[in-house]
Amino acid sequence: MINKISDTVAEAIGDVQDGSTVLIGGFGTAGIPDELIDGLIAQGARELTIVNNNAGNGYVGLARLLQNRQARKLICSFPRQADSWVFDELYRSKKLELELLPQGNLSERIRAAGAGIGAFYTPTGYGTDLANDALGHAKETRVINGRGYVLEYPIHGDLALIKAELGDRWGNLTYRKAARNFGPVMAMAAKRTVATVHQVVALGEIDPEHIITPGIHVSKVVKIIYSPTQSGGVVTGSFPNDLLPQVNAVNGRSVTDPGEAA
Amino acid sequence: MSDYIKRSREDVARRIASDIFDGAYVNLGIGQPTLVANYLPADIEVILHSENGILGMGPKPEPGCEDYDLINAGKAPVTLLAGGAYFHHSDSFAMMRGGHLDICVLGAFQVSATGDLANWSTGESDAIPAVGGAMDLAVGAQQTWVMMDLLTKKGQSKIVSSCSYPLTGVACVKRVYTDLATFSCTPAGLVLIDKVPGLSHAMLEQLVGLAIVKATPVVHR
Repeated sequence: MINKISDTVAEAIGDVQDGSTVLIGGFGTAGIPDELIDGLIAQGARELTIVNNNAGNGYVGLARLLQNRQARKLICSFPRQADSWVFDELYRSKKLELELLPQGNLSERIRAAGAGIGAFYTPTGYGTDLANDALGHAKETRVINGRGYVLEYPIHGDLALIKAELGDRWGNLTYRKAARNFGPVMAMAAKRTVATVHQVVALGEIDPEHIITPGIHVSKVVKIIYSPTQSGGVVTGSFPNDLLPQVNAVNGRSVTDPGEAA
Repeated sequence: MSDYIKRSREDVARRIASDIFDGAYVNLGIGQPTLVANYLPADIEVILHSENGILGMGPKPEPGCEDYDLINAGKAPVTLLAGGAYFHHSDSFAMMRGGHLDICVLGAFQVSATGDLANWSTGESDAIPAVGGAMDLAVGAQQTWVMMDLLTKKGQSKIVSSCSYPLTGVACVKRVYTDLATFSCTPAGLVLIDKVPGLSHAMLEQLVGLAIVKATPVVHR
Protein backbone atom coordinates (compact mmCIF):
# COMPACT_ATOMS: atom_id res chain seq x y z
CA MET A 1 0.00 0.00 0.00
CA ILE A 2 1.17 3.47 -0.81
CA ASN A 3 0.77 6.04 1.90
CA LYS A 4 2.65 9.29 1.38
CA ILE A 5 0.88 11.07 4.22
CA SER A 6 3.25 12.09 7.01
CA ASP A 7 2.02 13.00 10.46
CA THR A 8 4.69 15.59 11.07
CA VAL A 9 6.78 18.04 9.09
CA ALA A 10 9.97 16.55 10.56
CA GLU A 11 9.04 13.06 9.37
CA ALA A 12 8.09 14.39 5.94
CA ILE A 13 11.34 16.28 5.47
CA GLY A 14 13.47 13.45 6.83
CA ASP A 15 17.22 13.61 6.43
CA VAL A 16 18.68 16.45 4.37
CA GLN A 17 22.39 16.32 3.59
CA ASP A 18 24.59 19.37 3.96
CA GLY A 19 25.23 20.90 0.55
CA SER A 20 21.86 19.85 -0.89
CA THR A 21 19.97 21.87 -3.48
CA VAL A 22 16.50 22.70 -2.14
CA LEU A 23 13.78 24.00 -4.46
CA ILE A 24 11.28 26.11 -2.51
CA GLY A 25 7.97 27.05 -4.12
CA GLY A 26 6.34 30.44 -3.87
CA PHE A 27 6.12 33.86 -5.50
CA GLY A 28 6.28 36.60 -2.92
CA THR A 29 4.47 35.07 0.02
CA ALA A 30 1.94 33.14 -2.12
CA GLY A 31 2.82 29.45 -2.14
CA ILE A 32 5.75 29.75 0.27
CA PRO A 33 5.72 26.58 2.41
CA ASP A 34 6.65 28.32 5.65
CA GLU A 35 6.01 25.24 7.81
CA LEU A 36 8.39 23.15 5.69
CA ILE A 37 11.05 25.86 5.76
CA ASP A 38 10.72 25.92 9.55
CA GLY A 39 11.18 22.15 9.40
CA LEU A 40 14.36 22.59 7.37
CA ILE A 41 15.59 25.09 9.95
CA ALA A 42 14.88 22.56 12.72
CA GLN A 43 16.55 19.78 10.71
CA GLY A 44 19.62 21.98 10.45
CA ALA A 45 21.24 21.10 7.09
CA ARG A 46 23.82 23.68 6.06
CA GLU A 47 25.70 24.84 2.95
CA LEU A 48 22.44 24.60 1.04
CA THR A 49 21.74 25.95 -2.42
CA ILE A 50 18.26 27.41 -2.24
CA VAL A 51 16.14 27.96 -5.34
CA ASN A 52 13.18 30.33 -4.96
CA ASN A 53 11.81 33.18 -7.06
CA ASN A 54 12.52 35.70 -4.31
CA ALA A 55 14.74 35.94 -1.25
CA GLY A 56 12.41 35.92 1.70
CA ASN A 57 10.20 38.50 3.37
CA GLY A 58 10.60 40.04 6.79
CA TYR A 59 12.12 37.65 9.32
CA VAL A 60 9.99 34.56 8.73
CA GLY A 61 10.24 31.46 6.55
CA LEU A 62 12.91 31.73 3.86
CA ALA A 63 14.32 34.93 5.41
CA ARG A 64 14.77 33.07 8.71
CA LEU A 65 16.49 30.17 6.93
CA LEU A 66 18.92 32.64 5.33
CA GLN A 67 19.40 34.48 8.62
CA ASN A 68 20.22 31.13 10.22
CA ARG A 69 23.11 30.89 7.73
CA GLN A 70 22.03 27.52 6.36
CA ALA A 71 22.36 28.63 2.74
CA ARG A 72 25.58 29.05 0.79
CA LYS A 73 23.91 30.13 -2.42
CA LEU A 74 20.58 31.46 -3.62
CA ILE A 75 19.29 31.00 -7.18
CA CYS A 76 16.44 33.41 -7.89
CA SER A 77 15.02 36.07 -10.21
CA PHE A 78 13.94 38.86 -7.88
CA PRO A 79 15.73 39.01 -4.52
CA ARG A 80 15.23 42.74 -3.95
CA GLN A 81 11.90 43.34 -2.30
CA ALA A 82 10.48 45.92 0.03
CA ASP A 83 11.05 43.60 2.99
CA SER A 84 14.09 41.49 1.95
CA TRP A 85 16.23 42.96 4.74
CA VAL A 86 17.86 39.64 5.66
CA PHE A 87 18.95 38.84 2.10
CA ASP A 88 20.12 42.40 1.46
CA GLU A 89 22.49 42.35 4.45
CA LEU A 90 23.90 38.88 3.68
CA TYR A 91 24.41 39.73 0.01
CA ARG A 92 26.06 43.08 0.69
CA SER A 93 28.43 41.48 3.21
CA LYS A 94 29.18 38.68 0.72
CA LYS A 95 27.93 35.98 3.07
CA LEU A 96 25.55 34.59 0.46
CA GLU A 97 26.25 33.82 -3.19
CA LEU A 98 23.57 34.90 -5.68
CA GLU A 99 22.81 33.45 -9.11
CA LEU A 100 20.33 35.82 -10.74
CA LEU A 101 18.19 34.49 -13.58
CA PRO A 102 15.36 35.87 -15.66
CA GLN A 103 12.23 34.41 -14.11
CA GLY A 104 11.20 32.40 -17.17
CA ASN A 105 14.68 30.90 -17.48
CA LEU A 106 14.54 29.99 -13.79
CA SER A 107 11.22 28.21 -14.17
CA GLU A 108 12.16 26.55 -17.48
CA ARG A 109 15.49 25.32 -16.08
CA ILE A 110 13.57 23.70 -13.23
CA ARG A 111 11.01 22.27 -15.67
CA ALA A 112 13.83 20.95 -17.88
CA ALA A 113 15.27 19.06 -14.91
CA GLY A 114 11.92 17.41 -14.28
CA ALA A 115 11.37 16.66 -17.95
CA GLY A 116 14.74 15.07 -18.64
CA ILE A 117 15.95 17.82 -20.96
CA GLY A 118 19.74 18.15 -21.21
CA ALA A 119 19.75 21.87 -21.96
CA PHE A 120 17.67 24.29 -24.01
CA TYR A 121 18.05 27.45 -26.08
CA THR A 122 16.01 30.43 -24.89
CA PRO A 123 15.72 33.92 -26.41
CA THR A 124 15.36 35.43 -22.95
CA GLY A 125 18.48 37.26 -21.83
CA TYR A 126 20.22 37.12 -25.21
CA GLY A 127 22.43 40.17 -25.65
CA THR A 128 22.20 41.10 -21.94
CA ASP A 129 24.44 40.74 -18.88
CA LEU A 130 22.39 37.70 -17.86
CA ALA A 131 23.69 35.81 -20.89
CA ASN A 132 26.79 35.50 -18.70
CA ASP A 133 27.05 33.04 -15.82
CA ALA A 134 27.56 34.11 -12.20
CA LEU A 135 31.33 34.28 -12.81
CA GLY A 136 30.83 36.60 -15.79
CA HIS A 137 31.66 33.98 -18.43
CA ALA A 138 29.53 34.08 -21.54
CA LYS A 139 27.02 31.25 -21.81
CA GLU A 140 26.84 29.42 -25.12
CA THR A 141 24.65 31.15 -27.66
CA ARG A 142 23.32 30.26 -31.06
CA VAL A 143 21.45 32.11 -33.78
CA ILE A 144 18.51 30.02 -34.96
CA ASN A 145 16.45 31.27 -37.91
CA GLY A 146 17.91 34.72 -37.44
CA ARG A 147 17.14 34.99 -33.74
CA GLY A 148 19.66 34.83 -30.89
CA TYR A 149 19.31 32.24 -28.11
CA VAL A 150 21.19 31.42 -24.90
CA LEU A 151 21.91 27.84 -23.82
CA GLU A 152 20.55 27.14 -20.34
CA TYR A 153 21.00 23.97 -18.28
CA PRO A 154 18.51 22.28 -15.96
CA ILE A 155 18.35 22.97 -12.23
CA HIS A 156 17.93 19.69 -10.36
CA GLY A 157 16.84 19.62 -6.74
CA ASP A 158 17.73 17.12 -4.06
CA LEU A 159 14.58 18.22 -2.26
CA ALA A 160 11.55 20.30 -3.24
CA LEU A 161 9.35 21.97 -0.61
CA ILE A 162 6.00 23.15 -1.94
CA LYS A 163 2.63 24.34 -0.69
CA ALA A 164 -0.52 22.75 -2.10
CA GLU A 165 -4.20 22.72 -1.15
CA LEU A 166 -5.68 19.22 -1.34
CA GLY A 167 -3.70 15.99 -1.25
CA ASP A 168 -4.38 12.27 -1.03
CA ARG A 169 -2.28 9.32 0.09
CA TRP A 170 -0.95 8.75 -3.43
CA GLY A 171 0.41 12.31 -3.42
CA ASN A 172 -2.02 13.79 -5.94
CA LEU A 173 -2.26 17.54 -5.41
CA THR A 174 -4.34 20.60 -6.17
CA TYR A 175 -3.29 24.16 -5.43
CA ARG A 176 -4.93 27.36 -4.28
CA LYS A 177 -5.24 30.29 -6.72
CA ALA A 178 -1.93 31.92 -7.74
CA ALA A 179 -0.13 30.13 -4.90
CA ARG A 180 0.33 27.34 -7.48
CA ASN A 181 3.18 29.23 -9.23
CA PHE A 182 6.39 27.14 -9.05
CA GLY A 183 4.88 24.15 -7.18
CA PRO A 184 4.09 21.83 -10.11
CA VAL A 185 7.44 22.33 -11.87
CA MET A 186 9.51 22.07 -8.70
CA ALA A 187 7.66 18.88 -7.72
CA MET A 188 8.94 17.27 -10.94
CA ALA A 189 12.52 18.45 -10.59
CA ALA A 190 13.66 17.07 -7.23
CA LYS A 191 14.68 13.64 -6.00
CA ARG A 192 12.24 14.09 -3.14
CA THR A 193 9.23 16.41 -3.00
CA VAL A 194 7.40 17.32 0.18
CA ALA A 195 4.08 19.15 -0.08
CA THR A 196 1.96 20.73 2.62
CA VAL A 197 -1.79 20.58 2.10
CA HIS A 198 -4.69 22.12 3.94
CA GLN A 199 -6.82 19.04 3.54
CA VAL A 200 -6.06 15.33 3.13
CA VAL A 201 -8.77 13.58 1.15
CA ALA A 202 -9.49 9.97 0.23
CA LEU A 203 -8.32 8.55 -3.09
CA GLY A 204 -10.81 9.50 -5.78
CA GLU A 205 -12.13 12.52 -3.94
CA ILE A 206 -10.10 14.86 -6.11
CA ASP A 207 -11.71 14.80 -9.53
CA PRO A 208 -9.02 13.24 -11.75
CA GLU A 209 -9.70 16.02 -14.26
CA HIS A 210 -8.66 18.52 -11.58
CA ILE A 211 -5.45 16.96 -10.28
CA ILE A 212 -2.67 19.44 -11.05
CA THR A 213 0.33 17.47 -9.79
CA PRO A 214 -0.03 13.69 -10.12
CA GLY A 215 1.35 11.77 -7.17
CA ILE A 216 4.28 10.35 -9.14
CA HIS A 217 6.05 13.67 -8.50
CA VAL A 218 5.34 13.76 -4.76
CA SER A 219 7.16 11.88 -2.00
CA LYS A 220 5.45 13.10 1.15
CA VAL A 221 2.29 15.02 1.99
CA VAL A 222 1.79 16.69 5.35
CA LYS A 223 -1.33 18.46 6.52
CA ILE A 224 -1.06 21.94 8.00
CA ILE A 225 -3.72 24.20 9.47
CA TYR A 226 -4.93 26.79 6.96
CA SER A 227 -4.08 30.35 7.77
CA PRO A 228 -4.45 33.22 5.31
CA THR A 229 -1.28 34.10 3.41
CA GLN A 230 0.26 37.34 4.71
CA SER A 231 1.20 40.27 2.52
CA GLY A 232 4.88 40.48 1.62
CA GLY A 233 7.30 41.96 -0.89
CA VAL A 234 4.85 44.47 -2.29
CA VAL A 235 6.44 46.59 -5.02
CA THR A 236 5.75 50.31 -5.23
CA GLY A 237 3.12 51.24 -7.76
CA SER A 238 1.96 47.68 -8.27
CA PHE A 239 -1.56 48.19 -7.06
CA PRO A 240 -4.24 47.86 -9.67
CA ASN A 241 -6.59 50.81 -10.00
CA ASP A 242 -6.21 53.16 -7.07
CA LEU A 243 -2.65 53.05 -5.83
CA LEU A 244 -2.25 52.35 -2.15
CA PRO A 245 0.93 54.11 -1.05
CA GLN A 246 0.21 53.50 2.62
CA VAL A 247 1.17 49.84 2.25
CA ASN A 248 4.62 50.84 1.07
CA ALA A 249 4.86 53.37 3.85
CA VAL A 250 4.31 50.44 6.22
CA ASN A 251 7.02 48.46 4.48
CA GLY A 252 9.30 51.41 5.02
CA ARG A 253 10.99 51.61 1.65
CA SER A 254 10.27 51.15 -1.99
CA VAL A 255 11.53 49.07 -4.85
CA THR A 256 12.50 51.02 -7.92
CA ASP A 257 9.86 51.38 -10.56
CA PRO A 258 11.68 51.83 -13.87
CA GLY A 259 9.09 54.43 -14.80
CA GLU A 260 10.42 56.57 -11.97
CA ALA A 261 14.04 56.43 -13.08
CA ALA A 262 16.57 59.17 -12.38
CA MET B 1 10.07 78.96 -27.57
CA SER B 2 7.46 76.27 -27.82
CA ASP B 3 4.37 76.52 -25.69
CA TYR B 4 3.16 73.04 -24.80
CA ILE B 5 1.70 71.11 -21.90
CA LYS B 6 2.98 67.67 -20.95
CA ARG B 7 0.59 64.75 -20.82
CA SER B 8 -0.12 63.56 -17.30
CA ARG B 9 0.55 59.94 -16.32
CA GLU B 10 -3.17 59.37 -16.62
CA ASP B 11 -3.25 60.89 -20.09
CA VAL B 12 -0.40 58.64 -21.23
CA ALA B 13 -2.18 55.63 -19.71
CA ARG B 14 -5.37 56.66 -21.55
CA ARG B 15 -3.39 57.09 -24.77
CA ILE B 16 -1.98 53.56 -24.47
CA ALA B 17 -5.34 52.08 -23.54
CA SER B 18 -6.84 53.58 -26.71
CA ASP B 19 -4.38 51.50 -28.80
CA ILE B 20 -5.29 48.19 -27.13
CA PHE B 21 -7.72 46.22 -29.23
CA ASP B 22 -10.76 44.14 -28.39
CA GLY B 23 -9.77 40.60 -27.50
CA ALA B 24 -6.11 41.41 -26.75
CA TYR B 25 -4.12 39.40 -24.23
CA VAL B 26 -2.05 41.98 -22.36
CA ASN B 27 0.57 42.07 -19.63
CA LEU B 28 0.96 45.38 -17.80
CA GLY B 29 4.31 45.82 -16.07
CA ILE B 30 4.80 46.93 -12.50
CA GLY B 31 4.65 50.68 -11.91
CA GLN B 32 3.21 53.21 -14.35
CA PRO B 33 1.89 50.59 -16.83
CA THR B 34 -0.48 49.30 -14.15
CA LEU B 35 -2.43 52.56 -14.64
CA VAL B 36 -3.39 51.51 -18.18
CA ALA B 37 -5.92 49.05 -16.77
CA ASN B 38 -7.94 51.97 -15.42
CA TYR B 39 -8.54 53.38 -18.90
CA LEU B 40 -9.37 50.29 -20.96
CA PRO B 41 -12.54 51.15 -22.89
CA ALA B 42 -15.64 49.59 -21.36
CA ASP B 43 -16.91 48.38 -24.72
CA ILE B 44 -14.00 46.02 -25.39
CA GLU B 45 -12.77 42.86 -23.64
CA VAL B 46 -9.09 42.73 -22.78
CA ILE B 47 -7.63 39.77 -20.89
CA LEU B 48 -4.87 40.72 -18.47
CA HIS B 49 -2.05 38.25 -17.81
CA SER B 50 0.06 38.15 -14.67
CA GLU B 51 3.41 36.35 -14.77
CA ASN B 52 2.67 34.41 -11.60
CA GLY B 53 0.06 32.32 -13.35
CA ILE B 54 -3.11 34.34 -13.95
CA LEU B 55 -5.18 35.12 -17.04
CA GLY B 56 -8.28 37.24 -16.60
CA MET B 57 -6.84 39.30 -13.77
CA GLY B 58 -9.41 41.71 -12.37
CA PRO B 59 -9.20 44.90 -10.31
CA LYS B 60 -8.15 45.17 -6.71
CA PRO B 61 -10.44 43.52 -4.19
CA GLU B 62 -12.87 45.33 -1.92
CA PRO B 63 -11.24 46.36 1.37
CA GLY B 64 -11.24 43.36 3.70
CA CYS B 65 -11.45 40.87 0.81
CA GLU B 66 -7.72 40.77 0.05
CA ASP B 67 -6.40 37.24 -0.55
CA TYR B 68 -2.60 37.11 -0.73
CA ASP B 69 -2.75 33.83 -2.64
CA LEU B 70 -4.18 35.96 -5.47
CA ILE B 71 -1.62 38.67 -6.19
CA ASN B 72 -0.14 40.36 -9.23
CA ALA B 73 3.52 40.53 -10.30
CA GLY B 74 4.09 43.35 -7.82
CA LYS B 75 2.71 41.17 -5.00
CA ALA B 76 -0.39 43.37 -4.59
CA PRO B 77 -3.77 41.67 -4.11
CA VAL B 78 -6.00 41.40 -7.18
CA THR B 79 -9.16 39.54 -8.21
CA LEU B 80 -10.01 37.02 -10.91
CA LEU B 81 -12.69 37.75 -13.49
CA ALA B 82 -15.25 35.12 -14.47
CA GLY B 83 -13.53 33.06 -17.15
CA GLY B 84 -10.11 33.64 -15.62
CA ALA B 85 -7.61 30.84 -15.13
CA TYR B 86 -4.67 29.85 -12.95
CA PHE B 87 -1.64 27.93 -14.28
CA HIS B 88 1.88 27.16 -13.14
CA HIS B 89 4.95 29.29 -13.73
CA SER B 90 6.41 27.41 -16.68
CA ASP B 91 3.09 27.61 -18.52
CA SER B 92 2.87 31.30 -17.69
CA PHE B 93 6.32 32.01 -19.07
CA ALA B 94 5.64 29.81 -22.10
CA MET B 95 2.73 32.18 -22.82
CA MET B 96 5.16 35.09 -22.61
CA ARG B 97 8.18 33.61 -24.38
CA GLY B 98 6.10 31.75 -26.92
CA GLY B 99 4.57 34.91 -28.35
CA HIS B 100 1.06 34.26 -27.08
CA LEU B 101 0.62 37.68 -25.47
CA ASP B 102 -0.41 40.38 -27.92
CA ILE B 103 0.96 43.33 -25.98
CA CYS B 104 3.06 44.02 -22.94
CA VAL B 105 3.53 47.49 -21.52
CA LEU B 106 6.70 48.07 -19.50
CA GLY B 107 8.39 50.93 -17.70
CA ALA B 108 11.94 51.80 -18.73
CA PHE B 109 15.11 53.58 -17.66
CA GLN B 110 16.18 53.93 -21.30
CA VAL B 111 15.06 52.85 -24.76
CA SER B 112 17.28 53.08 -27.84
CA ALA B 113 15.98 54.45 -31.12
CA THR B 114 16.13 50.92 -32.55
CA GLY B 115 14.17 49.44 -29.63
CA ASP B 116 16.79 48.15 -27.20
CA LEU B 117 15.29 48.22 -23.71
CA ALA B 118 16.99 48.94 -20.37
CA ASN B 119 14.60 48.60 -17.46
CA TRP B 120 15.97 46.14 -14.90
CA SER B 121 19.12 47.67 -13.49
CA THR B 122 20.86 51.01 -13.30
CA GLY B 123 24.13 49.13 -13.07
CA GLU B 124 25.11 50.72 -9.76
CA SER B 125 27.71 48.52 -8.09
CA ASP B 126 26.07 48.55 -4.65
CA ALA B 127 22.56 47.92 -5.96
CA ILE B 128 20.98 44.55 -5.37
CA PRO B 129 20.20 43.10 -8.78
CA ALA B 130 16.70 41.84 -9.51
CA VAL B 131 15.27 41.06 -12.93
CA GLY B 132 12.04 39.14 -12.43
CA GLY B 133 10.07 38.55 -15.63
CA ALA B 134 11.19 41.70 -17.49
CA MET B 135 13.51 39.95 -19.95
CA ASP B 136 10.98 37.25 -20.78
CA LEU B 137 8.23 39.79 -21.41
CA ALA B 138 10.42 42.12 -23.44
CA VAL B 139 11.40 39.47 -25.98
CA GLY B 140 8.28 37.34 -25.85
CA ALA B 141 5.21 39.49 -26.40
CA GLN B 142 4.04 40.17 -29.95
CA GLN B 143 4.43 43.88 -29.22
CA THR B 144 6.43 45.41 -26.40
CA TRP B 145 5.41 48.95 -25.59
CA VAL B 146 7.14 51.26 -23.15
CA MET B 147 5.45 53.86 -20.94
CA MET B 148 7.77 56.47 -19.45
CA ASP B 149 8.55 60.15 -19.13
CA LEU B 150 10.59 61.29 -22.14
CA LEU B 151 13.12 63.15 -20.00
CA THR B 152 14.85 62.39 -16.74
CA LYS B 153 14.43 64.77 -13.83
CA LYS B 154 17.67 66.37 -15.02
CA GLY B 155 16.22 66.89 -18.49
CA GLN B 156 18.14 64.17 -20.31
CA SER B 157 16.35 62.12 -22.92
CA LYS B 158 15.54 58.55 -21.91
CA ILE B 159 15.34 57.71 -25.60
CA VAL B 160 18.98 57.34 -26.64
CA SER B 161 21.09 56.20 -29.56
CA SER B 162 22.54 53.42 -27.40
CA CYS B 163 21.53 52.44 -23.85
CA SER B 164 24.12 53.13 -21.15
CA TYR B 165 22.19 51.06 -18.58
CA PRO B 166 22.31 47.23 -18.71
CA LEU B 167 20.02 45.85 -21.40
CA THR B 168 16.81 43.94 -20.79
CA GLY B 169 16.42 42.98 -24.44
CA VAL B 170 17.77 43.86 -27.87
CA ALA B 171 15.56 45.56 -30.50
CA CYS B 172 12.42 44.44 -28.69
CA VAL B 173 10.49 47.71 -28.15
CA LYS B 174 7.97 48.58 -30.86
CA ARG B 175 6.52 51.76 -29.37
CA VAL B 176 7.35 54.30 -26.69
CA TYR B 177 4.54 56.31 -25.11
CA THR B 178 5.80 59.37 -23.27
CA ASP B 179 4.48 62.56 -21.72
CA LEU B 180 5.58 64.57 -24.77
CA ALA B 181 5.23 62.26 -27.76
CA THR B 182 4.63 58.72 -28.95
CA PHE B 183 7.26 57.00 -31.08
CA SER B 184 7.83 53.83 -33.07
CA CYS B 185 11.25 52.23 -32.70
CA THR B 186 12.40 50.80 -36.03
CA PRO B 187 15.66 49.34 -37.38
CA ALA B 188 16.16 52.72 -39.07
CA GLY B 189 15.48 54.69 -35.87
CA LEU B 190 12.66 56.73 -34.37
CA VAL B 191 9.41 57.44 -36.16
CA LEU B 192 6.99 59.93 -34.64
CA ILE B 193 3.43 58.76 -34.05
CA ASP B 194 2.07 61.81 -32.21
CA LYS B 195 3.19 64.70 -30.01
CA VAL B 196 1.60 67.18 -27.65
CA PRO B 197 0.15 70.31 -29.23
CA GLY B 198 2.53 73.25 -29.35
CA LEU B 199 5.70 71.16 -29.38
CA SER B 200 7.46 71.64 -32.70
CA HIS B 201 9.19 68.76 -34.46
CA ALA B 202 12.49 70.63 -34.25
CA MET B 203 12.06 71.19 -30.51
CA LEU B 204 11.27 67.51 -29.98
CA GLU B 205 14.37 66.46 -31.92
CA GLN B 206 16.40 68.85 -29.82
CA LEU B 207 15.03 67.37 -26.58
CA VAL B 208 15.68 63.80 -27.72
CA GLY B 209 18.96 64.62 -29.44
CA LEU B 210 18.19 62.26 -32.30
CA ALA B 211 16.68 62.52 -35.75
CA ILE B 212 13.01 61.64 -35.73
CA VAL B 213 11.22 60.66 -38.92
CA LYS B 214 7.87 62.43 -39.22
CA ALA B 215 4.85 60.19 -39.10
CA THR B 216 3.44 59.33 -42.49
CA PRO B 217 0.03 60.99 -42.66
CA VAL B 218 -2.80 58.52 -42.84
CA VAL B 219 -4.44 58.91 -46.23
CA HIS B 220 -8.21 58.52 -46.19
CA ARG B 221 -9.61 57.67 -49.57
